Parts: sequence; structure tokens; C-alpha cells
Amino acid sequence: MTAIFALIAAAGTYATALMFGTIGEILTEKSGNLNLGVEGMMYMGGIFGLVTANRYEALVGETGSVGFIAILFAILGSFAAGCIAGLIFAFITVTLRANQNVTGLAMTTFGTGVAKFVGEHMRNKLGGYVSVSNHLKESFHQQIFPDFLKRIPFVGKIVFGQPHFFYLGILVAILLHLFFTKTKKGLYLRAVGESPATADAAGINMTRYRYLATMIGGGISAIGGMVYTMTTAGCVWIEGSLSGVGWLSVALVIFCTWRPLNGIWGSMLFGSLMIMYLWIIIPFFPQELYKILPYVVTIVVLIIASMKNNKEKQPPANLGLNYFREER
Amino acid sequence: MSDKAKKNKTPFIRLSKKSESMLDPRKAVAIRISSVVVALILGSIPILLTGVNPVKAYGIIVQGSLGNKIYLQQTIKKMIPLLCCALAIGPCFKMRFWNIGAEGQLTAGAIACSAIAIWFGKSSMPSILILSLMFIFAIVAGGIWGFIPGYFKAKYNTNETLFTLMMNYIAIGIAKWLQGGPWEGRKGTQIIPIFDRKTFLPNVLGVHCGWIIVLLIVIIMHYYMTRTKHGFEVAVIGDSENTARYAGMNVGWIMMRTMFLSGAICGIAGFVVVAGANHTLNDVVADGNGFTAITVSWLSQLNSYVMILISALLAIISKGSKTLNQRVGVPASVAEIVSGILLFCMLGCEFFINYEIKFRWSRDKDAKKSASTAEQAKNGSTDGNRSSIPANTSKEAE
Repeated sequence: MTAIFALIAAAGTYATALMFGTIGEILTEKSGNLNLGVEGMMYMGGIFGLVTANRYEALVGETGSVGFIAILFAILGSFAAGCIAGLIFAFITVTLRANQNVTGLAMTTFGTGVAKFVGEHMRNKLGGYVSVSNHLKESFHQQIFPDFLKRIPFVGKIVFGQPHFFYLGILVAILLHLFFTKTKKGLYLRAVGESPATADAAGINMTRYRYLATMIGGGISAIGGMVYTMTTAGCVWIEGSLSGVGWLSVALVIFCTWRPLNGIWGSMLFGSLMIMYLWIIIPFFPQELYKILPYVVTIVVLIIASMKNNKEKQPPANLGLNYFREER
Repeated sequence: MSDKAKKNKTPFIRLSKKSESMLDPRKAVAIRISSVVVALILGSIPILLTGVNPVKAYGIIVQGSLGNKIYLQQTIKKMIPLLCCALAIGPCFKMRFWNIGAEGQLTAGAIACSAIAIWFGKSSMPSILILSLMFIFAIVAGGIWGFIPGYFKAKYNTNETLFTLMMNYIAIGIAKWLQGGPWEGRKGTQIIPIFDRKTFLPNVLGVHCGWIIVLLIVIIMHYYMTRTKHGFEVAVIGDSENTARYAGMNVGWIMMRTMFLSGAICGIAGFVVVAGANHTLNDVVADGNGFTAITVSWLSQLNSYVMILISALLAIISKGSKTLNQRVGVPASVAEIVSGILLFCMLGCEFFINYEIKFRWSRDKDAKKSASTAEQAKNGSTDGNRSSIPANTSKEAE
């Protein structure tokens, strides 16, 4: 039992990356845009977050660098990268009305390519590797709650022992939930995703909503990539370490039935599955086979989700379809 | 004054969908080719950032992939599995079934034929028998790997994109386990020893005969997609599933059948890679070909013959970018960026083929033109008009 609690507590770091990826994609999909390029956008967020933090430090010097500002720069850098990727996606699908599935796959190829390219280019340029100094690394890992809260039995470490990005992710999820359910703009956005023709007839600027949702959603997903490189990967760029995180996020969106609040515990669950082989050891069971467990679980989840045809848990009705006003 | 207000009400840019008769195939080809050119120009931006002259870089890419016999052979070796996977993906995409599991299906095929090679390689069986056994097992394993997501899509409408993708990770995970566990050669090496010579595909013209197999598949697939009932059914489902159902087609069965076929062809790709090139099994046997094949398929508009050209183009970029990396230090991942941009441009350019863009001023011109033709018609028809009118009506009749 203690092992399970320790596992969940340790999963928070990995889960945070998934959480941002999932929440961003929920925002995008709510507008009716199915962006399968989350993998590419998280890659881009990962490298540009690291590079902005690294450049900031190079600019002000190791002693003058402040952790908080470095984090801010990393967030901004990754968010901007995701926004640009979202803009490309929105331009091709909303304005040029290309197939969303293939555009998403192209975004995956493009994004991973850009990230690997920038990573290798920076490595060549700086000699050795791209990273940040130790005290900045610490500030990325910092835990904000005092120690006595973490000593609460069982749940203390799970709730209070996470890096600050974790709480930021929860905040974003709650804000997004409130946006969807409590504001007029959120209602409009959902209308665009459910039935663009109706929204258009009601005078909602469908193009603007889809563009903004895809860009901001892409930005949030990209922050997830940054969180991964700055926490789990230890502030260095390891090619391929981010592989699969973006795709798991896309799967999580289905698992969470397009609800941001479900994204919080959903990502905790999948974060736990990802690192389970390190914490709960099954004797004589080969580790490499153990590592594919999260993917098997994802498939099982996908099948179960599709078997239960619950009306409440459906994707936005127009997900993945483009809208052209003069077409019926 | 009121006239001016009216004018402002017409939108600055107006879009309309072109009808079938307005589509000009030559213009479409021209637009597609120019989109490839635009993509190559955009692709030179990252090369410029590294301080290398893009023209020179593209020169190195071409030289490094086609420059001499060895390079050319390597490029063709790269191209074979890529083309094979693209052929496999073709019918799925035609059916709007987003199979991105070619990577896993290839790996599954590779695992199955490696099993045969390991179990029977040392036995007294003749080479041809072992090779055909490997071939059959690769087909079955790849097919099953494709069939599973197809089954669930047909039965429960399970999201096939994620399903096929997760199947990739599972196949690669199994390959990793075999590599470091049961089939490992010397303990701790994580390498499966090279298979017996009997399991090697013979060379034809300097490259293993996989290229002949793949070219045969090109012809078969083109025939299958354009000349058979199966191919027609796939195309109908792609256009509208409801129409297919209304016409009495068993959509679920067709989906499963097509996915088995697709997986089987990917399995053949796995067989070709193992028996022809690698002669061993590892977890990177697919080497990203399954993903790049998506680009190939879509760029060639799912046409088998065009796929040869496009896979050659992407193989050249991929092989050439490695040379580029060795010579001037541009990261080899530039190949991925260029192929991503290629795909973006190709997807975007369809818009200019299918839609007509009318600007406000061109609308005015149209109005004037129609007014003048109307006047001409009033003044008594000339020869030119007489011939043009029946032409128009015949088009409408069509």
C-alpha cells in the first residue's frame, strides 16, 4: 500500500507534462479542430522552453539569473512555439480547409523535426550540451509547500509534494472548466465545435474562435513539453525522450471525455502507469514488457470508452470537420 | 453614394467551390508541382540559419544520395521499405481510416520472420523454403497487427488513429524485449546475432531483390485499387460511409479486410528489411519509415505509381541530409522539417485547386464581361458566340 502511495506521489512530475498536453488539446478539440500534432508541439515546447531559459541565463550571467524569471521565460518561450504551431495548423485547416488528420500528422513530423534540429544546432553552437546552471535547475524543481504539510500520512506527499508546475496545471484546468461552463465566450466556443453552421448563423465569428482556441491550446500543450524537459529530463535536451508523451495526451483527451477537470486525475493515473515499472517490481517479469503496460492500458481504455455509447461523453459533434459556409 | 455603399458590402475576398467541369487537370498538376517548389524554398530557411548556402546544401543532398553507385544503392535500400509502407497505407487512407500503425505492423512482420530465421535457419531446410516461410509469417503477423484495430473500429468505432499508434509502441516494446532477452546473443550485448546465410534475400543488380517484390506490389495495388470491386468499395466508403451502407456494402467487413491487407503489406516490408538489409532484428527495424510513408502516400494522392516518385524524393532527402550533416554539420533532422513542410504545402495547395478565390475587383470585371457578352448577343450572334453557346449547354447537360 505504501508503495502505491509513493508511486502516485512520484508520478506527479510526469503527470504534469501530460496534464498540460491534455488540457491544451481539450481546448483545441472543443472548437472542433482535431489537432493530432500534439506530439510535435510538445517537442517544440520542450526545446524552445529550454533554449529561452538557457539564452536568458547567457544574457544576464549565471550569478545574476533569477529562478522565477527563468521559469517565466521558459513558459513564454514554449507557449509562443506552441502558438505558432497552432497558427500553422489553423491556417491550413480553417482557412485552407485541408484534412485535419493528415495536417496533424504533418505537424508531428514538422514539430519533432524542428525540435531535433534546434536541439542539435544549439549543441553544435554551444559545444557540449544545452542546459541551465544548477541553481536554476533547482528552481524548476522547487516545491512550494512547507515540509510539515508533506508529513501528513499517505496523502501529504501526493497533494503537497509536487513541483510548482503541477499546481499551475491544476489552476489552468480549473480556469478552463470555468471558461467552458460559466462564460458566454466559452458557450460560443463550444457552439463552434458542436455545430459551426448554427454558430455562424447566430453571428459568432467561427474562424476567430477556431484560430484562437487552436493557438492557445497549442501553447498550453507546448508548456507540457517544456515541463517535461525541465523536470523529468533534468533540464537537458535528450532527443527522443519526449517521444510518445504527446500521443498519450491525445489519448487522455478521449479518456477524460473532453473535460478539463478529469484531465487532472487522468494524467495522474497515466503518469503512475508510466513509471510503475520502477516502483512496483513484479519478479521474473521482463522490464521491457512491463514498459508497454501504459500503451496496453490506453488501448483497453479506448475500447471501453467506445463500447459505452454514453450521450454525455461524446466528442464535440463537429470534431475533425472543416466548415465552409457555402456548402451544405 | 448609394452605389458606393453597395460596393462596400460585397466582401473583399469571396470563396466559391469549383464545380467538376471547372477543374483543369493541367492546372492542378502545375499547382501541385509549384507547391513542392515552394516547400523546398521554405525548407531552405533552417539551412540558412545554420549559415550554409541552401543551393549548395541541396546540391550536397542530391550528390550525397545519387552521386555514386554506393550512395545510389543506399538510397534505394532506404526507399524500398518506405515505398512498401506507403503502398500499404494507401487503401486505408482512401477509406478515411487513419492507420498510422505502419511502423508497428512492419515491426510485427519483422519479428515473425526473424522467429522463423532463428528457429529454422540452422536446419537442413533449403533456402527457398525458409524464405517463403518467413514471407508467409511476416504477412500473417503484420496482417493480424493491422486487423486488431480494424476489428475494433468496425465493431465499436474505436478511435483507430490512437489504437494503431499504441500498437506501434507495443510491437517495438516486444522487439526490445526479444533483443535483450530470449534472442540475445552474448549476454549484455542487446544484439541478436546475424542470421544464417540461407535466410538472406539474393541480390539483383547490386541491391537485394526486395525492390522487385515492391515493384510487383505497386502494380498489384494499382490494379486492386482501380480495377477491382474491392478497390471500388474502399473508395466508396472513403467518400461516404452512409452511401456505402445504403448500397448494401458490409462496411465493417471491408474495413477489417482492408486493414488486414494493409498490415500484411507492411509485414512484407518488415520481411524485406530483415531478410534483405539487416539480417537481424532490432527495435529500430522500422526506422521511422512507417511515419514517413504517411507523407509519401498523401503527397502522391494515393496513386501507386506516383508513390515511386515521391518515395524516391523523400529517400533522397533523407539519405542526402545525412551526407549534409557529415560534410557541413547541418543537423540531419532537416529532412524531417522539409518533409513536414512538403506535406503542409501539399495539403494547403488543394485549396487553390478546389476553390475559386474572387476578389472584389475581379468581381467587377466579371460583371463587365458578362454585360459585354450580353450586349454582343443582343447585337446578333457572331460565329464565335454560336460555337460557344452549344459548348456551354452541352457542359451543363453533362
